[in-house]
Amino acid sequence: MPSADAVTPPSAPARAGTALLERRQPPVIELRAVRAAYGRIEVLHGIDLALPAGMVMALLGPNGAGKSTVLKVTSGQLAPTSGCFHVMGRHVNGIAPDALARAGVCTIPEGRAIFPNLTVAENLRIMTYGGSSKREVEERAFARFPRLSERRRQLAGTLSGGEQQMLAMARALSSEPAVLLLDEISMGLAPLVVDNLYSVVSAIAAEGVAILLTEQFARAALAVADRVGLVSQGRVVAEGRPDELPDDLAAAYLGGLQAKGG
Amino acid sequence: MNAFLSFTVIGVVTGAAYAIAASGLVVTYATSGVFNIAQGAIGMVFAYVFWQLVDVWHWNILLATLVVVLVLAPVAGALTEVLFIRRATGQAWYVSMVVTIALFVLLLFLADWAWGANLHAAPSFFGDRGWHLTSKVLVTWHETISILLAGATAVFLRVLLYRTRVGIAMRAVVDNRALAGLNGARPAWLGTFSWALGAGTGALAGILIAPILDNLSVLALTFLIFYAYGAAVLGRLRSLPLTFLGAMVLGLAYSYAVGYLPQNSFFDSIPISGLRESLPVVMLFVVLLVMKQGSIEGSRVRAFRESVDVAPFTRSLVTGVLVVVAMAIAVSFMSVGDVVDVGEGVALGIVVLSLVPLAGWGGQVSLCQMTFAGLGAFAMAHVDGGSFLGLLAAIGLAGVVGAIVALPALRLRGLYLALATFAFAFAMDNMFFPTNVAFTYGGTIHVNRPGIFGLHLASNDSFTVFLTVVFCLLAIGLLALRRGPFGRLLLAMKDSEAACVTLGANLTRTKLAVFALSAAIAGLGGALYGAMITQPGATDFASEQSLPILLLAVVFGMATTSGAFLGGISYSLVSTKVQSLAPGIPNLQWALTGLAGIGITMNPSGTVPYVVRMFKGRFAGQPQAVVDLPATAPAAMSGVAAAGTVAAVTPPSGTAAVPTSA
Ligand SMILES: Nc1ncnc2c1ncn2[C@@H]1O[C@H](COP(=O)(O)OP(=O)(O)OP(=O)(O)O)[C@@H](O)[C@H]1O
Ligand SMILES: [Mg+2]
Repeated sequence: MPSADAVTPPSAPARAGTALLERRQPPVIELRAVRAAYGRIEVLHGIDLALPAGMVMALLGPNGAGKSTVLKVTSGQLAPTSGCFHVMGRHVNGIAPDALARAGVCTIPEGRAIFPNLTVAENLRIMTYGGSSKREVEERAFARFPRLSERRRQLAGTLSGGEQQMLAMARALSSEPAVLLLDEISMGLAPLVVDNLYSVVSAIAAEGVAILLTEQFARAALAVADRVGLVSQGRVVAEGRPDELPDDLAAAYLGGLQAKGG
Repeated sequence: MNAFLSFTVIGVVTGAAYAIAASGLVVTYATSGVFNIAQGAIGMVFAYVFWQLVDVWHWNILLATLVVVLVLAPVAGALTEVLFIRRATGQAWYVSMVVTIALFVLLLFLADWAWGANLHAAPSFFGDRGWHLTSKVLVTWHETISILLAGATAVFLRVLLYRTRVGIAMRAVVDNRALAGLNGARPAWLGTFSWALGAGTGALAGILIAPILDNLSVLALTFLIFYAYGAAVLGRLRSLPLTFLGAMVLGLAYSYAVGYLPQNSFFDSIPISGLRESLPVVMLFVVLLVMKQGSIEGSRVRAFRESVDVAPFTRSLVTGVLVVVAMAIAVSFMSVGDVVDVGEGVALGIVVLSLVPLAGWGGQVSLCQMTFAGLGAFAMAHVDGGSFLGLLAAIGLAGVVGAIVALPALRLRGLYLALATFAFAFAMDNMFFPTNVAFTYGGTIHVNRPGIFGLHLASNDSFTVFLTVVFCLLAIGLLALRRGPFGRLLLAMKDSEAACVTLGANLTRTKLAVFALSAAIAGLGGALYGAMITQPGATDFASEQSLPILLLAVVFGMATTSGAFLGGISYSLVSTKVQSLAPGIPNLQWALTGLAGIGITMNPSGTVPYVVRMFKGRFAGQPQAVVDLPATAPAAMSGVAAAGTVAAVTPPSGTAAVPTSA
């Protein structure tokens, strides 16, 4: 029964046996020895990373480590200068971000990932490029974030920071992606809003969507993450279950998360 | 009453055509972020194509309209986007503007070549037939159709942009291109679509407006549509309703001005009739002046950095001496005709040089350098029969006018500044240059060559060498300025005006100064150009002549003085030597500058810096270091190779190079 179709992400019950599936299914996203550069300046110096189907992986690390750059590579916004970028087992180096998006990789980039000069309703309309109809998108978004439906006609740029991030997350909800990439969705938000957003993330994860997310502050991310990757100076220096990470690294990069995250 | 009604009808019809052209501009700008300066030329070209189909090939007029507006123009617009505009995506903001200016120049060339010799009336729908508004006022069917089509265009665009997914996505792409892609929209194709749409509306406007002219004419028709830019600016390049309102106001004002200004010798004098002619452009200028400050394209202005290192004083001095000596030797071997060509080139080079401090270092675009040059030639001719004093007068007059034109520049940036300066050039074309005070209508005036320090400069050889000396002195002086605090302030201003202000720099004074300086240099160049050709006329300094000047500056390296020298000379040689190889093709120099300008996307910092880097790269063992950078950050990264240091892209709002002195 498992892996009849290796490409579809496993359904929710299957997640219980992730350890088993891990070995059989190809990772939905895989980077092998990926190097990437902005112009002439290399930022990623050989990243090895595999996001197994149905897993939530958190990339943690200091400022400027290259977390966002990893997500730019995996969302097609930055082509690797060398190495392999695989999505669901296919070699896709140099693929365009919009093609990747239509193939089911949903990316919420760093910062406010909305169109400020478009209304909330128009922002939701753009999300229909992900494949769902206008009605489906609005229904899902408004069910999860009722605040947005009150502000349908408002310019998205005039929403509060939290509301803007809800609007951005609405795309993750509505486009039914196979893979979700989230870059610091907590940035600049109050803890309550962050908790709300992360409850959405766990709900999406519970549907079996593979998620790769970055966070500056580990607490929220570790609550949902199955695996953690530590990024430092353009390399993944450690990778494993949150409790597997070597203590010294965890202390150094995460500011003693073990103690806090439990 | 009847007269009033007639003028109103004409005004509304004109306004309708403006509205269509302007809405095309707004749509293209709002959905691709590029203001298509070539829109007027696109309308003109397709008005000619329409004439060709209807009058020459006897197509059915309705079929011809549909084919031109729905097929030919959109395909041409889409191709333009795919071939040229798309490459400018993500590059410094001026690149896409230069591409559209180059397109403008190319289209003028093509239309002039294909149809310039013809004198024909434009076809109109149903000829002169129409219906009677009152017993005396006839509204032709063509006019009726124009008004209806403007309304239909308005409704169509409104629904497209606000009700359809593709329209919303087009607006989304301007807001955040990368995010639109992450949503799954295809930003590249949306840009293509918006250019197809813009070209279609431009063509429709051209077809509708052409019958206003008695005869089709390349320049007159282009500028007639150019008036629509005023309406687009009134709509802040964003609001379609405001654009339509602006178009109607423009159309009516134009019609009433023509109809009601009294007919007598004063009102028919060139300045007043010129004012009437350029009313829409004057309005554009005024609108730009009074427009709310905040509405200026802040976020669109990307930081970009030139990497040309400035020659130290001794090197620039030695280079200057070598150039002068080389020129002195060269002219003694050249035929008279060749010397004149080279001399004209050097004089034009001085005008191009005037853009180096202004645009290359200060980041301010001007499309009226030839107008300043014309003022210089005018002053030279009228003061003291063209002596050394004449040169001073040229510098003074152009400098003062430059400072006056700079007043709007204190608030305007980028595109708006370009439009304001072009409007100024156009008004001068109509109101001042053709007057008897200046160059006379259609005629020329005599400009004497100056004698200095007892030197006799009347011969072509000596005057050409003298021009080279002047050019080199100016270049050396400018480079010295560039190394000093003023130069650093200019560079900082180009990087980020906001950051400059926060750091306490006085931008008002800086901008005024650099504009006056640039205009003065252009004035000097114009005076010398006039003296070189000895019989300049108004057409030598017409507004459209400023466009190749800007293209030359950009193509050869806007921030380099040597680029200005080479640019001036090659332009002159192309318009004479290369031209003589193809006598059947008029204005070949326009074609070549246009083509080179369109190619600017491949090498935005210009030819001279490119060559310099190539050589440096070779000697430093880094062949073609900068050439194959991705398009996303070329300007910021270039030159890093030579310096061997590491720099990051400056974010739009980011820190500018700190001016060491304010
Ligand atoms: N567009 C860019 N151009 C040039 N360099 C860049 C660009 N974006 C990022 N960098 C550089 O790449 C490196 C990695 O940046 P990245 O944004 O991936 O870090 P990050 O791990 O996401 O940091 P943070 O936690 O602060 O978001 C940094 O040194 C940064 O300066
Ligand atoms: Mg980041």
